[in-house]
Amino acid sequence: MRYAKKEFKPEVIVKEFDESYKLGKSDDIAYSYKGERGLDEKLIREISAMKEEPEWMLQNRLAAYKVYLSKPIPTWGGDMSPIHFEDIYYYLKPAVIGKKSWKDVPTSVKETFEKIGVPQAEREMLAGVKGQYDSEVVYGSLKKILSAKGVLFLSMDEALKLYPEIVKKYFGTVVPMGDNKLAALNTAVWSGGSFVYVPEGVDVGLPLQAYFRINSESAGQFERTLIIAEEGANVHYIEGCSAPSFSSASLHAAVVEVIVKKKARVQYTTVQNWYKNIYNLVTKRAWVEEKGEMRWVDGNLGSALTMKYPSCVLAGAKMIHLAPNTTSQIISKSISKNGGRATYRGMVRINKGAYGSRSKVVCDALILDEKSRSDTYPTNKIFEEDVILEHEAVVSRVSEEQLLYLMSRGLSEHEAEAMVVNGFLEPVMKEVPMEYAVEMNRLVGLEMEGSVG
Amino acid sequence: MLKIENLKVRVEEKEILKGVDLSINEGEVVALMGPNGSGKSSLASAIIGNPKYEVTKGKITFEGKNLAALTPDERANRGIYLAFQYPAAIPGVTVREMLLSALRAKNKEVIVSALDLKKTVEAEAEKLHLSPDLLGRGLNEGFSGGEKKKMEILQMRVLNPKLLIMDEIDSGLDIDALATIAQNVAEMVKEQKMSVLVITHYQRILNYLTPDVVAVMKDGVIVEQGGKEIVDRLEKSGYR
Repeated sequence: MRYAKKEFKPEVIVKEFDESYKLGKSDDIAYSYKGERGLDEKLIREISAMKEEPEWMLQNRLAAYKVYLSKPIPTWGGDMSPIHFEDIYYYLKPAVIGKKSWKDVPTSVKETFEKIGVPQAEREMLAGVKGQYDSEVVYGSLKKILSAKGVLFLSMDEALKLYPEIVKKYFGTVVPMGDNKLAALNTAVWSGGSFVYVPEGVDVGLPLQAYFRINSESAGQFERTLIIAEEGANVHYIEGCSAPSFSSASLHAAVVEVIVKKKARVQYTTVQNWYKNIYNLVTKRAWVEEKGEMRWVDGNLGSALTMKYPSCVLAGAKMIHLAPNTTSQIISKSISKNGGRATYRGMVRINKGAYGSRSKVVCDALILDEKSRSDTYPTNKIFEEDVILEHEAVVSRVSEEQLLYLMSRGLSEHEAEAMVVNGFLEPVMKEVPMEYAVEMNRLVGLEMEGSVG
Repeated sequence: MLKIENLKVRVEEKEILKGVDLSINEGEVVALMGPNGSGKSSLASAIIGNPKYEVTKGKITFEGKNLAALTPDERANRGIYLAFQYPAAIPGVTVREMLLSALRAKNKEVIVSALDLKKTVEAEAEKLHLSPDLLGRGLNEGFSGGEKKKMEILQMRVLNPKLLIMDEIDSGLDIDALATIAQNVAEMVKEQKMSVLVITHYQRILNYLTPDVVAVMKDGVIVEQGGKEIVDRLEKSGYR
């Protein structure tokens, strides 16, 4: 649809979009280690040695690397042929690592955090902030009150050093390396990501938040996140991402493992703003025990290819007289434009004996142009009769009527489009802190500036 | 204020308006009447710049400015407002959020306070007997026909346009709602010198909002123009 005499040429738009994408400048960061492109056993050994990891983790990485080599690239999701696995840097380490105090963080890093809003969020209501800057966490903090309760919120690297026994006990138990090729790759080269441990009966109250960001061209991001909520614990973890614009495809293959013990509640919220040439392939999974509750809330924007496997494994305890009554909810909202493609592959599994369990899956997709598409492939494996399972999937477009209506009120075409998109994301925004929602609104605005044409 | 000269408009190769001439002065209420399909709503679409309506000949000028090259938002920000016959729903966006963006788009220099706007919107809703809980919902999402029409008028009151076009605002409204809407519009005409183009094929609303000029459209042209007496005649003998 065209308005009046304005003309747009797509090739110009791509260039303008790059320029107008304000988070899209590659900040000048000194990397203390930038390995060769591509992956081999030597690099894996180097990564492990540099991180001074225990032997079992190195062996785990090497075993996963073998699994990775043996598994074919999945063909059922989307076209992954533009990813040249041999051209990717598998490990980058910024020169500054793990700064505890804001004033120790280098200016260029600060500026990026400024752009994506970390310091404001930090100062205000958030319990702790971890910003993932490429492969290492360069800034993070945890409020004292949470430490006193025994809550751990660290980078995975720190956790492996400080709490190796907890990591060893749970690492790879929910998403084993043999699960799929990308999970194997992640297990082989993982770096960074969050580690959250909430002791029995502790309610974290405020959401824990991490920002992820891909900064270097062709930098693969392989975070590994592990969340453990002990019996009766309650935690809300928020992950947000923004990636700068680059010409060659960057790969993001994260693994998220969540363990929800008896009567515990975990909500995992993702709000992402991926630039077009990011390949985002994430395996997320939760293990939910008796009377536990798991909620995945997902908002996705942009990206060349977004593929997610949020799944909940609802494992009821095998006790005869106690109703397991586990609850799970998956809310996935995706937005595709400029040839973006969102694929949702969700799996809900309710084991025999997990009676009284309830699961609800909501997948909404908003498509902004003819070139983009969205697919939903839910898989439900139910081995118990006394359960409630709901699934909703809605694909909608920004209609010409909506745009005209808002423009007739004085909003420009991109403001109108951004407004419809923000409205669509509103159910996700309700789940995140105010500041975060404001930030996301702004990101949507930036995205829309270049999307006409 | 608004001047339409020999306007020809087509939609997907079909000529809908075949040379329309119509003028509206400041503070004037003009009723545009005519049977269904005569081109009344198409004229409204052409005035606001709906891109589906292609102007092939003639022109529309607003305050002396030719509108041809202006996008719908540019026309809106010059003071043209259409109360839609079928307003689109915007899920997840409240009327307040929308109006805040619209006011900021209209006047980039003046800082619009969200709190002041909230008060204004609530006061206007009360005047229109609109239930306050509608203000917290997605705009027009699941609204009844009457609620949508009132919400169109509420937005108009806040945006304070120079020209209001009402497209079949009276369809599906009960008599109380119609009187309320007409009263809110009449107030704007009196106090703000707002001009109004009332598109209708019933005379009903004109009992509450007295037109200065009545124009009759038929098959894409204005066939008759005069005073209120035309309304009375049409009521007796219908369109022929």
